[in-house]
Amino acid sequence: MAKVKIPDNKVQELKDICKSFNNDPGELINVLHQAQQLFGYLPAEVQEIVADEMNVSVAHVYGVVTFYSFFSMLPKGKHPISICMGTACYVRGAEKVLDEFKRRLDVKVGETTPDGKFSLSCLRCVGACGLAPVVTIGERVYGRVSPDDVKKILDEY
Amino acid sequence: MAKYKNHILVCGGTGCRASQSEAIAANLQKAVDENNLGNDVQVVKTGCFGFCEKGPVIKMVPDNTFYVHVAPEDAEELVLEHLVKGRKVERLLYIDPETKAPVSDSRHMDFYKKQLRIALRNCGFIDPENIDEYIARDGYSALGTVLEKMSPEEAIKVVKDSGLRGRGGGGFPTGLKWELTYKSESDQKYVVCNADEGDPGAFMDRSILEGDPHSVLEAMAICGYCIGADTGLIYIRAEYPLAIKRLKIAIDQAREYGLLGKDIFGSGFDFDVSIRYGAGAFVCGEETALIHSMEGMRGEPTVKPPFPAQSGYKGKPTNVNNVETFANIPAIFLKGAEWFNKIGTEKSAGTKVFALAGKVNNVGLIEVPMGTTLREVIFDIGGGIKGGKKFKAVQTGGPSGGCLTENHLDLPIDYDTLLASGSMMGSGGMIVMDEDDCMVSVAKFYLDFTVEESCGKCTPCRVGNKRLYELLDKITLGKAEEGDLTLLRNLANVIKDTALCGLGQTSPNPVLSTMDNFPEEYEAHVKDGKCPAGQCRALMQYVIDQNLCVGCTLCSRVCPVDAISGEKKMPHFIDSSVCIKCGACMEKCKFGAISVQ
Ligand SMILES: Cc1cc2nc3c(=O)[nH]c(=O)nc-3n(C[C@H](O)[C@H](O)[C@H](O)COP(=O)(O)O)c2cc1C
Ligand code: SF4
Ligand code: SF4
Ligand code: FES
Repeated sequence: MAKVKIPDNKVQELKDICKSFNNDPGELINVLHQAQQLFGYLPAEVQEIVADEMNVSVAHVYGVVTFYSFFSMLPKGKHPISICMGTACYVRGAEKVLDEFKRRLDVKVGETTPDGKFSLSCLRCVGACGLAPVVTIGERVYGRVSPDDVKKILDEY
Repeated sequence: MAKYKNHILVCGGTGCRASQSEAIAANLQKAVDENNLGNDVQVVKTGCFGFCEKGPVIKMVPDNTFYVHVAPEDAEELVLEHLVKGRKVERLLYIDPETKAPVSDSRHMDFYKKQLRIALRNCGFIDPENIDEYIARDGYSALGTVLEKMSPEEAIKVVKDSGLRGRGGGGFPTGLKWELTYKSESDQKYVVCNADEGDPGAFMDRSILEGDPHSVLEAMAICGYCIGADTGLIYIRAEYPLAIKRLKIAIDQAREYGLLGKDIFGSGFDFDVSIRYGAGAFVCGEETALIHSMEGMRGEPTVKPPFPAQSGYKGKPTNVNNVETFANIPAIFLKGAEWFNKIGTEKSAGTKVFALAGKVNNVGLIEVPMGTTLREVIFDIGGGIKGGKKFKAVQTGGPSGGCLTENHLDLPIDYDTLLASGSMMGSGGMIVMDEDDCMVSVAKFYLDFTVEESCGKCTPCRVGNKRLYELLDKITLGKAEEGDLTLLRNLANVIKDTALCGLGQTSPNPVLSTMDNFPEEYEAHVKDGKCPAGQCRALMQYVIDQNLCVGCTLCSRVCPVDAISGEKKMPHFIDSSVCIKCGACMEKCKFGAISVQ
């Protein structure tokens, strides 16, 4: 993976986040949540700084980051697309919707389009099962999506 | 609430918000102001009404008129007609699917008639961001009574007598758990609320936290007093931003009112609550894993004992309860253990909240007394199967549960009956499936989930489930052999018996229950190479009936891979070696010439 250079002011912000949790290793997950909000993802460099600040090994931080699916070590696209693969959406045809997104964007789940515009991921139940199948793009929620709607949705961006 | 003559309740749950309920509320407020009704009418954004299928929904109080599928543009008409002129807006009323007549009073809707709301008592009635509305409905008076009039032992006895059992899945008696933690001696103890809600396709706990956060806070404080803890922690999924926001508001307001913090009600009892975030790992719903996650580590389970009641968060005695379990507590203290114990069945007292979803007409959040039958839930409350299709199965208990069939529909819902029939109560996900659902694929869907979510600590779960998944995959691809079904069953039983934690011990349930209840479907896949439900793509062949095809060319134009050939006005033909079985051609053909074989 290419090295990512983090600007100095961001480094300071990251250190401040750690400090706001008293550099307490018990708060590691909360720190990582805020760090991911700051950077959009958690590259190795960010993990190293966090490990340093909180006085734990990088391996420990890495272990935690990779354990939880909410944390990502790869940058997301400008418009992150998430297909709900919860059971309610699954039985109402989410898989076909996912296939259509994969086909149209020509990426696999977890990947980002080469132009960085869209990334595709799956999640488990956003809690709008009444609208199944559900797709979210950024903050927007699309309900009762059929494969036919996919083109129209993508064209909005 | 009494200050206003009329209230317009607008559902502000995640589902309805996704369909613009915020804009509806804003437009309603605007229309109210424009008609100078600001002193009489209050627009309230509540938690989930439960009737998500027909959302966004709004309700007029006091006359209980229920409007469905409301759009932001309807706001002005609703205010002018309903409130100013006193006429109902007929076109937005709910239409009874049987009588075809509009129903205006929500209490007369079949969806609500068989329900009994205890845990959801305030959801959809109050503004969850306003503590005064909770207090106006006897909020925090249970805490007051407990602190002023009861010893911890007396309060624990109330919970024991009520017969309340844990709603997070296991069904462990709540009063007993409190007593165990109370008896563990320590300088510091903790109350933990499990709001991880890992079952995909379930949204009970989220809806309670979004619609009535104070009931959970009040119950945690009561629990703290009973077991001797001054600190409460709520472990919630980061994927629930709205619930988190409302919880934070609720905690702040409760602190401001002195209902959390030091010396609550002048009793000398201190209690405060803070929030911890999950990060998307199903196994963290398991209580020992959850505790490790709260300590900032990987959320891996550990062997019990020791139970959290003896050694939990930071090694101190910890009482872990589910959100819905807590939401029942204030009601039990207000109305008495005996009242609660009379509801439901002998061994499962009270009610259960279910997130009803899948192929039913009325997807939504419901609460019924224990002992209600599956048939009543799916057909009376749920309004039957979508599109007039045939009921096939209902899945309860999420990835740990099983699929029940037609034959189980008249069984009463309670912990023991569901367990005895090969499923489990679980946390309350209930997914209805129809004739188009393939049971092998459903089992595979759950196994895919388990494989992804297994923490990897023990081999039966990490490797065994992967093998189970591969076997199921082989079956759905039509590549399975005779012996594979026996292998599947044996492996499932081994995993069940040897996995370390609840996740692995229950993960084969979806496989075993579908094998038991739908053996012919498995055999059709293996022996005949057919998927009776027509779901497994590898086993399907799209063919064009040469007699019905008129050669309109529509199908060949939609086919994404150019698998269809044929001259204009001549019968077309599908090359099955190219076809990716997307079904687009079949949907497009106006002459019904394309079918699956
Ligand atoms: C794999 C697994 C996942 C679980 N997920 C949840 C969950 O999402 N929410 C929950 O309340 N309990 C969950 N539980 C049950 C908890 O371990 C625990 O029993 C429960 O929170 C106790 O609360 P209760 O007695 O009020 O039900 C899960 C258990 C297992 C084994
Ligand atoms: S059963 Fe699965 S989830 Fe549970 S400890 Fe073993 S590997 Fe982890
Ligand atoms: S099913 Fe899809 S791929 Fe196959 S012929 Fe029809 S349109 Fe083409
Ligand atoms: S399963 Fe997709 S929103 Fe619940």
